[in-house]
Amino acid sequence: MVTEAEIRTFVDGATHYFAIAANQPAAIGSPYLVTEGLPAVHEYSGLIGISGRRQGAVCFTAPRAMLMVLLMRMNETDTSEANMRDLIGEVANTISGNARRDFGADFVISVPDVHTTRKGETLPLPVNIRSFVIPINWRSHSAKLIVCLD
Amino acid sequence: MAAAPLKLLIVDDSNIIRRRIARSPAVDRLAVVGAAANGVEAIELCRATNPDLVTMDLTMPEMDGVACVEKLVAMKPDILILVVSALSDKATAVEAIRRGANGFLCKPFTDRQLDEALAELLAGH
Repeated sequence: MVTEAEIRTFVDGATHYFAIAANQPAAIGSPYLVTEGLPAVHEYSGLIGISGRRQGAVCFTAPRAMLMVLLMRMNETDTSEANMRDLIGEVANTISGNARRDFGADFVISVPDVHTTRKGETLPLPVNIRSFVIPINWRSHSAKLIVCLD
Repeated sequence: MAAAPLKLLIVDDSNIIRRRIARSPAVDRLAVVGAAANGVEAIELCRATNPDLVTMDLTMPEMDGVACVEKLVAMKPDILILVVSALSDKATAVEAIRRGANGFLCKPFTDRQLDEALAELLAGH
């Protein structure tokens, strides 16, 4: 089960990412526990498998419109599908990697597994572990960080 | 005659990060000679381009950055390697340095942080 302090690590990671990479802070909503089923996701999701001392996954999920603006904020002119997928994976990788500052080196992260989904579709998250969702609001867009750790 | 700029090889599995580093003002004074998406490509490009300096991601497919650092240093002992990674725990930085890296910059980074990290690396060697 994820502790409040551990959720704080991911909240701080998401805040730090937008402040530095996009040079514009994000507003983080109140984290909540998904009590039934799997969390809903946006069009693009970057899934990081977690192994070592903890098992599970961390996922950053966002709509295409948000990724487009984020790329532009990063002075990236290539807004191709390939770069959208690259970005969603990189955000997930960066926030998960930064969490090792608190979790330690035995919080082992995989390379990103990128998914594009339609409305109503879910991700292959562990079904036996409850997910915490951290809402992220940036400019006029909403994204989520999903933390699913045993 | 002005000295030739130092040659930089960029290694990261993210195309966005490779492009981000390549167009950063921090690398204006360097000549980017290649960009690799994993450790295997990096070794091939190192052989082909003989870089002076490498920015190296750690979490990559095929061959990760720590293994690649060790191989590059074995191939070219005087190569300078700046690890640029999201893995922000102290043990990872220490291990990368132990394998032969010369500096560590944590992602996400600003242009200024990249500039300072490269300047520090070059000043020390």
